[in-house]
Order: sequence, then structure tokens, then C-alpha cells
Amino acid sequence: MKKPSLLLEMAARRQTPVLLIVSLWVLFRGHNHPGGGFIGGLLAAGGLGFYSLTYGPKATRRYMRIDPIRLIGIGCLTALGAGLMGWLGGLPFLTGIWTDLPLIGKVGTPLLFDIGVYLTVIGAAVSMLHAFEEA
Amino acid sequence: MEPFWAVIVGVLFAAAVYMLLRRHLAKLAIGLILLSNAANLLILSAPGLVRGRPDFVPEGAQVLGPGHADPLPQALILTAIVIGFGVLAFFLALMRRVFLEVSDLDVEMLKE
Amino acid sequence: MNPHLVLPLIIPLATAMILFVTGRRGNRAAVIGLIGFAGLFGAGVSLLIRVASSGIMATGPGNWSAPYGITLVADNLSALMVAITGLMGLMVFIYSLYGEMRGNDDGGFYALFHVLLMGVCGAFLAGDIFNLYVWFEVMLIASFVLLARGRSRLEMIASVKYVVMNLVSSGIFLIGIGLLYAKVGSLNMADIAVKLSESEADARLVLSTGMLFLVAFGIKAAVFPLYFWLPSSYHAPPLAVSAIFSALLTKVGVYSLIRTFTLIFNQDQAFSSRLLLVIAGLTMVMGGLGAIAQTDIRRILSFHIISQIGYMIMGLALMTPLGIAGAMLHMVHNIIVKTNLFLISGIIAHHGRGAYRIEQLGGLYRHKPLLALLFLVPAFSLAGFPPLSGFFTKYLLIQAGLETRSWLISGIALAVAMLTLVSMTKIWNHAFWKRAPETFEPMKTPVRLWLPAATLASLSVSIGLAAEPIFEFGRQTAGQLLEPEGYIEAVLGGR
Repeated sequence: MKKPSLLLEMAARRQTPVLLIVSLWVLFRGHNHPGGGFIGGLLAAGGLGFYSLTYGPKATRRYMRIDPIRLIGIGCLTALGAGLMGWLGGLPFLTGIWTDLPLIGKVGTPLLFDIGVYLTVIGAAVSMLHAFEEA
Repeated sequence: MEPFWAVIVGVLFAAAVYMLLRRHLAKLAIGLILLSNAANLLILSAPGLVRGRPDFVPEGAQVLGPGHADPLPQALILTAIVIGFGVLAFFLALMRRVFLEVSDLDVEMLKE
Repeated sequence: MNPHLVLPLIIPLATAMILFVTGRRGNRAAVIGLIGFAGLFGAGVSLLIRVASSGIMATGPGNWSAPYGITLVADNLSALMVAITGLMGLMVFIYSLYGEMRGNDDGGFYALFHVLLMGVCGAFLAGDIFNLYVWFEVMLIASFVLLARGRSRLEMIASVKYVVMNLVSSGIFLIGIGLLYAKVGSLNMADIAVKLSESEADARLVLSTGMLFLVAFGIKAAVFPLYFWLPSSYHAPPLAVSAIFSALLTKVGVYSLIRTFTLIFNQDQAFSSRLLLVIAGLTMVMGGLGAIAQTDIRRILSFHIISQIGYMIMGLALMTPLGIAGAMLHMVHNIIVKTNLFLISGIIAHHGRGAYRIEQLGGLYRHKPLLALLFLVPAFSLAGFPPLSGFFTKYLLIQAGLETRSWLISGIALAVAMLTLVSMTKIWNHAFWKRAPETFEPMKTPVRLWLPAATLASLSVSIGLAAEPIFEFGRQTAGQLLEPEGYIEAVLGGR
């Protein structure tokens, strides 16, 4: 693929990590504040999409170190695992379980579910984008 | 507010049906987009529109008071928008492939 | 909490996602997929046994009780459909292990197949009308991708038609949901039923929304006059895909019609029943006549899907216990037999070097007598010969028609059975009795191909022989559907 413009290249290299970090922040502030896995995932996918517009799908997959489709699978399984945890606790499937941890605060299965959604959204959005770019 | 809304939804549906009946696949796609958006707006206005009363539970209360906007339709449209977005993206990709294969997007080519 | 309701959804999802992680092609993927379907079938059967022994079950995932959270419900009908779905998944999956039948490029096939069946099971178990929509979409998206995987012109054209019609149908479904919510203020089907029966609303106003649902589900179920997309898309994809589509997708539409018209839109039964009867009659006739005009085996079978859908709608339209029982059992019979015929048509084409047009086939009776026998069982069953399953379910439907003095529809049902026989005879004459074409060379049928076909054929025979207990089950189901108090109690009573 042809060499991207210098500006785009610099912007993508700086901006993608920033967007990834912001997406994590949005992910973790979710639940009680606006944010959460879906929006966080879209933000991260936006950053990765920017990267892949600049350097192409192959470089993006290298940058991600994982095949986006595999990421969908991991995300869905994480979310499913979060659902199953409530179930193993004798409650209906997908019931949230919360515990208080010192220092961190309230942690529960919905957070795990959100992380699963986050990964799935990144995987799905990036692989859709790649499908368009590579077709 | 609702009558105005009803007109908007009606116009969107009319436009959607008009576009769905065109001969060009891209116009068909626009028709589908309009159709899904019209349906979303219809759901939004379904429980009655409330102005300036967002569905936040007030400080100290356990449930929403009366007269607030109904949160459920908003959740429904969120789902419907995401689904519609995905499916339409798929349709556009399909259209692109059809174009690369048949190099024509007139619906005539759908005849075998 | 009971696991039976959730497992049919978790198992295919988990299998598909494990396939995404561990790699989507090759032998390992096939083994994982097979285990997944065996698990789904097991879960379906255990659900069926539980529901048959202890009545309707409902659960609210996330510990949100109905009508606030979403609900999963299984009555006899849902449980039976889930079990059959699992069986069909397993059978068609075994069949699809033979590469030619799934389109040789198998990237994503196994995973998508699981996602498709998750959508189907979800639609059968949903107790919430919006949830039903979501499951429909899951199913549709998987089916879109399965259909559009192929790169040939035929497949692409077929996918465009299929995708557009289904998107329009989803749009209409969504509009219906919006209007229903506006009228009732609830999405839980049992809750809607209660609220509608208590409200003073004009029955015609409710039915106007019902008509939107009729159109939306009618497109999915391929009833007259909305069936035209089906024969122009089902013959295009690789055979395993056509087989599972014909087995399940239209039946989800029929199931949704049965569910909504027995539970929610039952205010003005005289009107909806008359309308459905007209639709049923025309669907049968158009499907039957369409099949006669075709020469491609898959297209003949596609038109027969339509004519058989007519029978199911007829049973629903009659709204008598016998009619509903007949509709449900006919649905089960049809899923088995139609899948079986599709599988066998694949074997026929396998021997005919990929030809599906009947003129290009021949000589199979001489060279493959067992295959001929295998074809005769579902073919006669579809046409309704005793003692096979089709005879028994058609007998129920026609008797239900005669009991309600609906002479015309019963006559049509009998006549269309003859039409079915005519087109089955056509396949028989060309593919089996005619002299083999010059290029024919006999070869073995792989076990992966004949085993599922033979299993389904024997199932059709045993349904016909064990008609008595199955009929009892059907009657019980019809009771549950026509007097939805039990259903409402199970959902809203909270367990």
C-alpha cells in the first residue's frame, strides 16, 4: 500500500494510543456514569480505524497483536462467563453479583460483562472496517 | 407535539416506500435506511412525548415520578438502531460486491 | 432458576464463540461444532421432557421478574420446536461435514450455523415481543451471511432479494411493536394479553396492529402473496444452507403467527380467522401450482415449503383445538420431511455431478435402489400417504376443517396433496426411472450424506406409527395455546 501522508502518519501514531486509553477510561466509568463497554469499544475501534486508514488492515492487526474476529469470540465468551457467574451462585442467568474490594471499591460481574462487550465491539467494528478495506 | 411528530414519521414512511420502489439498488438502500429510521421515530413517539422531563430518578427517590419521559422506548430504539446499522452496513457491502460482479445496480439484473 | 430455558441459547453461542477463538475451519472446528450441536439437541430434548412433565416454564434472566425484565418462556410448542431445531441442527451439520454441501470455502460456516440456530431457539423461547424481534435479527443476520458467502452471480442476486424482503419485514415488525407499545404500554406478551383483555379498546384498533404483525411474519413465513422471495433465493446457496433455511426460518414465522394470534390478537377471531383461511388456501394452491411448473429439484422443494406453510396457516385459522394441534404437528412433520427431501436432493445431485435440473438426471433407481427407497419415504410423507407422518397431520387438519364445516379449505387441502404427489412423481420419473445420462458413473454415497437422511426418514415413519401419543401431546399443546391462562400464569405468576 502506498505511503501515507506524513501528517496522517504522525496523527495516527499519536492519536490511536490516546483514544485507546480514553476508551478504557470510558469503559471503567460506565455503570453509574455515562460510558460503558459499548461506547468505550466504539471509541477504541475509532482509534484503531484511524490507524488502519493510515497504515492498512495488515499493520493494524499487527498493532492489535490479535485477529479482530478472535477478539469477538473472546469478548462474547467473557460476557457469557459473567452471566454464568450469577448462575453458579444459584441466581438466574445474568444476575449481577457485587463485592466490595479494598482500595478499588465495588466490583461485580456487570463490569466483566461490560469488558466483554467492549472487546466484542472492538472486534466487530474493526473486522467490519477491514472487510470493507480488503474487499 | 405528537401531531407534528406523526406528520414527520408519515413523510419518512412515504419517502421510504417511494425509494423502495425505485429501480436502482442504491436508492433501495436509502429506502431501507429511511424505513428503519421512520420506525425508530415511531417507537420514540409511541408512549407520548414529554418535554424537558428526562427519565432520571430524582435524588432520594426509588422510582420515577409520574409525568416523566418513558425510558423504555429509548432503550428499544437504541437496540433497533444498532441492529439496523449493522444490517444496513451488511447490505451496502453486499451491494458493493454485486456491483463488482455484475457492474450494474439496476434491479433488472435481479431477473435470472 | 432453571437451566433448561437458558441452555439452548448458551450452548450455540458458546460454541460459535469458541470457534471464533480457536479457528473457524478445519477438522477441529468441525468436531467442536458437532459437540455443540449434540449439546443443543440434548438441551432441547431435556427441555421438552421437563415441559411435558411439569408444565409451562418461565424465567427472567438477570433476576428481573416479568413484566419488567425480559422473559424466556417454554410451553409445549416452544419446547417441541427447540428440540426439533436441535435435531435439525445436528443432522444438517453432519451432512454439511461433506465439503461440497456447505460450499467448499468453509470460513465461518460452522460458527455462523451455530449463531443461526441460537437465533431460532431464542425466537422460540422469547416471552417478550421486542426480544422476539431481536432474536429474529440474530437469525436473519446469520442467514444473510450464510447466503451471501458464495461468490457466484446466482447467490448474490438471491441474497439481494432475500435481504431486502427481510429488512422490509423487520421494519414492519418494528412498527407493529411501536404501535402495540403505544396502545398497551408493555412488551411482555403475557402482560400484553392481560392488559388487552382488560382494556376497553376497540378490538378493530388492536387488530389493525395485528395486521402489521401478520404482514411482518407473513413475509418471513412466506404466505400468499408475500412468498415470492423464497423460491428465488432458497435454491442458490450450498445445499446444507438451503436445507437448514427451509427447515427452520419459515417455521419461525409460522410459530410467531401462532403465538401472537392465539395470545395477543384474539379479540376478533371471526375476522382474523376468515382472513387467515383465505391466505391459507391461496398459499397452498400457489405453492402447489408453482412446484409443478419448476424443473429444478430445489425450486420444486422450495415451492412445496410454501404450499405446506398454507396447511399450517389453515390449522391456525380454524382456531379449534384439533386445528391448532394439526398445525403444530404439521409444522414438526414438515420440518423433518422437508429437510430430509433437501438432503436427499443433495445426494441426488451428488450422483448427478452437481446437476439439480431434473432433465439432466436419471437412472438412479437402477443404480441406487436404496437411495430410491430413501427418497420415496419423505416424498410420500409430504404428499400424505399412510402410515407416514404426513398422512396423520394432514388427516388432523382436514378433519378439523370438516368439523368446522369449512368445506372449501378442506377440499383445497386435499387437492393440493394431489398436486404435491404430481410434482414428487415428476422428480421420481426423471431422477430415478428415466435412463441414466451417458455421463453417469455409479459411485458410493458417503456416510455423512446418507446417515442424516436415513435418520430423518425413519423419524418420519415412526411419527406416523406413534401417532397416538404424539396426537395427545398436540392436543395438550392446543389447549395451552387456546386457553392462554396457563401461559400468563407461568410468566406473570413468577417462579
